[in-house]
Amino acid sequence: MATATKLIGKPIKRKEDPRLVQGIAHYVDDLTLPGMLHLGIVRSPYAHARVRSVDVSKALAAPGVVAVLTAEDVQGAIAPIPCAAQIPDMKPAPRPVLATNEVRFVGEGVAAVVAADRYALRDAMDLVEVDYEPLPAVVDLEKALRKDSPRVHDGLADNAAYHWALEGGDVKKAFKQADRVVKLRMLNQRLIPVAMEPRAVLAQYDRGDNRLTLWSSSQIPHILRTQIAAMLNFPEYGVYVIVPEVGGGFGSKLNVYPEEALACHLAIKLEKPVKWNEGRRENFLSTIHGRGESCDMELAVKRDGTILGMRARVLADLGAYYQLLTPLIPTLTGLMICGCYRIQNLSVEITGVLTNKMATDAYRGAGRPEATYFVERAMDAVAAELKIDPAELRRKNFPKPKDFPYATATGLIYDTANYQGALELALKKSGYKALRRQQAALRKKGRLLGIGLSSYVEICALGPSSAMPAGGWESATIRIEPTGRVRVLTGSSPHGQGEETSFSQIAADMLGVGLDDVIIVHGDTSAVPYGIGTFGSRTLAVGGTAIYRCCEKLRDKLLKIAGHLMQEDPAKLVLRAKQIVSKRDPKKSISFAETVGAAYTAKTLPPGVEPGLEATHFYEPSNFTFPFGTHVAVVEVDRETGEVKLVKYVAVDDCGNLINPLLVEGQVQGGIVQSIGQAMLEEAVYDDQGQLLTGELMDYAIPRAADVPKLETFHTVTPTPVNPMGVKGVGEAGTIGATPALVNAVVDALAPFGVRHLDMPLKRERVWKAIHQAPSESAGRPRRSK
Amino acid sequence: MIPAAFEYFAPKSLDDALRLVERHGDEAKLLAGGQSLIPLMKLRLSVPRYVVDIGRIRSLRSIREEGGWLVIGALSTHHDVESSEMVRLMAPLLAETASEIGDVQVRNRGTIGGSLSHSDPAADYPAAMLALDAQIVAASSSGTRTIHASEFFLDLMTTQLRPGEILTEVRIPRLPERSGSAYRKLHQPASGFALAGAAVRVSLDEVGKIASAAIGITGVAVRPFRASGAEAMLAGKKPSPKLLADASEKVADGVEPLADIHASAAYRRAAASVYARRALEAALARAEGEKG
Repeated sequence: MATATKLIGKPIKRKEDPRLVQGIAHYVDDLTLPGMLHLGIVRSPYAHARVRSVDVSKALAAPGVVAVLTAEDVQGAIAPIPCAAQIPDMKPAPRPVLATNEVRFVGEGVAAVVAADRYALRDAMDLVEVDYEPLPAVVDLEKALRKDSPRVHDGLADNAAYHWALEGGDVKKAFKQADRVVKLRMLNQRLIPVAMEPRAVLAQYDRGDNRLTLWSSSQIPHILRTQIAAMLNFPEYGVYVIVPEVGGGFGSKLNVYPEEALACHLAIKLEKPVKWNEGRRENFLSTIHGRGESCDMELAVKRDGTILGMRARVLADLGAYYQLLTPLIPTLTGLMICGCYRIQNLSVEITGVLTNKMATDAYRGAGRPEATYFVERAMDAVAAELKIDPAELRRKNFPKPKDFPYATATGLIYDTANYQGALELALKKSGYKALRRQQAALRKKGRLLGIGLSSYVEICALGPSSAMPAGGWESATIRIEPTGRVRVLTGSSPHGQGEETSFSQIAADMLGVGLDDVIIVHGDTSAVPYGIGTFGSRTLAVGGTAIYRCCEKLRDKLLKIAGHLMQEDPAKLVLRAKQIVSKRDPKKSISFAETVGAAYTAKTLPPGVEPGLEATHFYEPSNFTFPFGTHVAVVEVDRETGEVKLVKYVAVDDCGNLINPLLVEGQVQGGIVQSIGQAMLEEAVYDDQGQLLTGELMDYAIPRAADVPKLETFHTVTPTPVNPMGVKGVGEAGTIGATPALVNAVVDALAPFGVRHLDMPLKRERVWKAIHQAPSESAGRPRRSK
Repeated sequence: MIPAAFEYFAPKSLDDALRLVERHGDEAKLLAGGQSLIPLMKLRLSVPRYVVDIGRIRSLRSIREEGGWLVIGALSTHHDVESSEMVRLMAPLLAETASEIGDVQVRNRGTIGGSLSHSDPAADYPAAMLALDAQIVAASSSGTRTIHASEFFLDLMTTQLRPGEILTEVRIPRLPERSGSAYRKLHQPASGFALAGAAVRVSLDEVGKIASAAIGITGVAVRPFRASGAEAMLAGKKPSPKLLADASEKVADGVEPLADIHASAAYRRAAASVYARRALEAALARAEGEKG
């Protein structure tokens, strides 16, 4: 970087935290408008039923009730939820904003009730009478694909939404040449994202200027604006989406939901502001879920551990309808399934399966945790069968640093990596060799210590527009205001990640001002340029680069103006600490303030230079980035009860250059904790009637502080050549790298019982059964599979 | 999460409260710390017409000694019990149990009387009540009656309490000399309730044999129970690892364990045995440490 680095790379505390920890930040539910009405959705208690009739007369007559809508009332007025995914021969499964003739999952909206206050609303919702004729529910993926299965959608030939396949190299030959074929069937269970703040919506309509304002807890304000305008057939220039503070999203707010369209429709119709906020149970039922993929994997291996080829068949539980990206997420699993290994002969088949459940969609990691889990579990199965140390097996199959950029059999170009470097550091930091000795000693005493490795590569900085449904660039506009303060407008929409701080660091360093001279504005479509949003670990690498490029433009203009004022060649000037200084003679300088002033008073500008100091950049990335790392988990299993104690955790991540190590640390730790949730505790359990049994936090366990040991985090730094700051993205790394390490550790602990695989979550009873149903404890060697 | 409309009373004396519950019978619900009732009302699983908030009846929040008995007022919070020197001295098992309930917020609001009246099958207190041979005092407008813990818990969320009665206090008898106790539980990871919880009191004689043992089990069946078969195996015997293991194996004998998404009947039975043994081991170590 041309300017002296002062803030970039420093662990600066988050600028956004003071308002958050003091409780003076504003979330959607903190907003109140005069005359505001409240919206509630009457939801189906059945997973699959014909709706014979909806009688709203009693509800309409109830005190305080203003309106009750059913599907009939919005027919033609509100289009179904948009789906941006396009997969060849994909069957249609659009989600209406209110169920038409059939309900297809528990929690699907049947009627919308609007009342003057929340109390009247809640009472009136019980008065909507729906006559349901229950139909058989489709729950299990394999059963769903049988010919005799009931259909989720009557008109469709079967419940297979699509078949997606990819083949690279010569798979048949690879399997013919193999000494052994290692097979594993694995489940990556359905999860509930559980953002701290459930969804919330407030809509206001001004008839005078035909202006519709929508406040929503969203990750994608501009895409939401475009889609709402299209769904309601309302001019987009009249729609203003504002995303205030957001209490976490994890992908669950990277979507368009019925309540957003219904609140807008009602605000227009009633000419009153309409608010909806979601309860936690409602959130569990009707905000997107994640994961829900099973995989049959076969690896063709040589005796020495060389992986020759891979076959993977994945079933993906899509739920009843498509949300914004539902069908697309499993294909990311397909693209990343060969992990960080040289597997050039590969075939992947993915079947998207329709079921009578809430839709799945992007949840932190979105397809990559599944891919990483499948390949990393399979690698451990190979290591166990061939009696090769799992670290050695990985080492043997990594591409080398000189092999980059590396073309995968799935058609991606991995930018840069040193997989072995990260592995060796993780082994060293965890004391891997000593751990193995300790494990052997403890086994002799009957204690079950397990060590699990996971080496991962992920796909970040989503992404080049050619690969992204709505485009993959990001925008920024920066204004240096007349007083010298810097306003950064970003199309990114951070919602807890801390980019108000990291973006400020970039702008402050690039423009030679202080951190507090910079304000970051995001999430308000009337204030910021059109943007794509925050997801896919893209905000810093793509949104941050747009800011970087804007700063370059402004810096050039400042130097030009200063050069004119100083009678100096702009190329011989540098910008630092609110001064523009001559490189030849450091005593020769002009203040930043004077230069900015000159830009606005516009009396002594160089010829051809416009007044003002504003720049806009739409940054289009040339490729994704591919962060990587190795995690090591150490667990001890209680052989009497199956309880798993996580005793040590070491993470080595390589996300390229670190703009703010404190933010990186927060992202890595948070991701690992969510992985602990998936590996040990969490599962959205539906019964065979399609009822969600884990419908609240009393039954759906998420990790708590006491479940988390000290997480030791380290980094290798391999800057990406894809963007000028060499940053890759780190928001999802934890959920991608950690889950397989944890499961590998538990399976390793159970090796004396011949346990080869256990599906997540590794609930105590599941582990206990594996121990107590084992035929007998062997001498500490895993049994071989046939 | 908005309850149905109800009429709210906040009596300042027990007599006023008793008059209200007598008048409204089973249409009234008593509100103490609200840790169970309020969620149930918000989900409209409980729709009482009248709510009688007894939280202002100061006389019900006390912990005292009375004629050798430890007497705990119904409105004592779990935190009161957990942190009381007197409880720690006279019935350390109760303090240990209270410290395992829910989380800090629940312990600051939830009360012993509320928990026992609600009688969740996975609540922590009932196991200790059984192991300590506690007496539960219920008042009504016609007087008070005392119910032994072993007769108090009838079925799933059902107790001996009748409409019109208010649980006012819990009485714990003095422990025999050379006693030790412990509470150990396997918690349900989402709710923190007990999947299997064992509250154990062991008393030794002069030669170090087990004079008597009391084992209360919660979380395993529709109601908490005493593991009397296991207790009988222990009585009069010299403690040994084998004895503890054999007795613990029996704690859920004759009981039909609950089964749900969190644990099967077989796992609950097995966990009850393991946790009973661990509680026994800890209780014995404490008894042996006592100078008797």
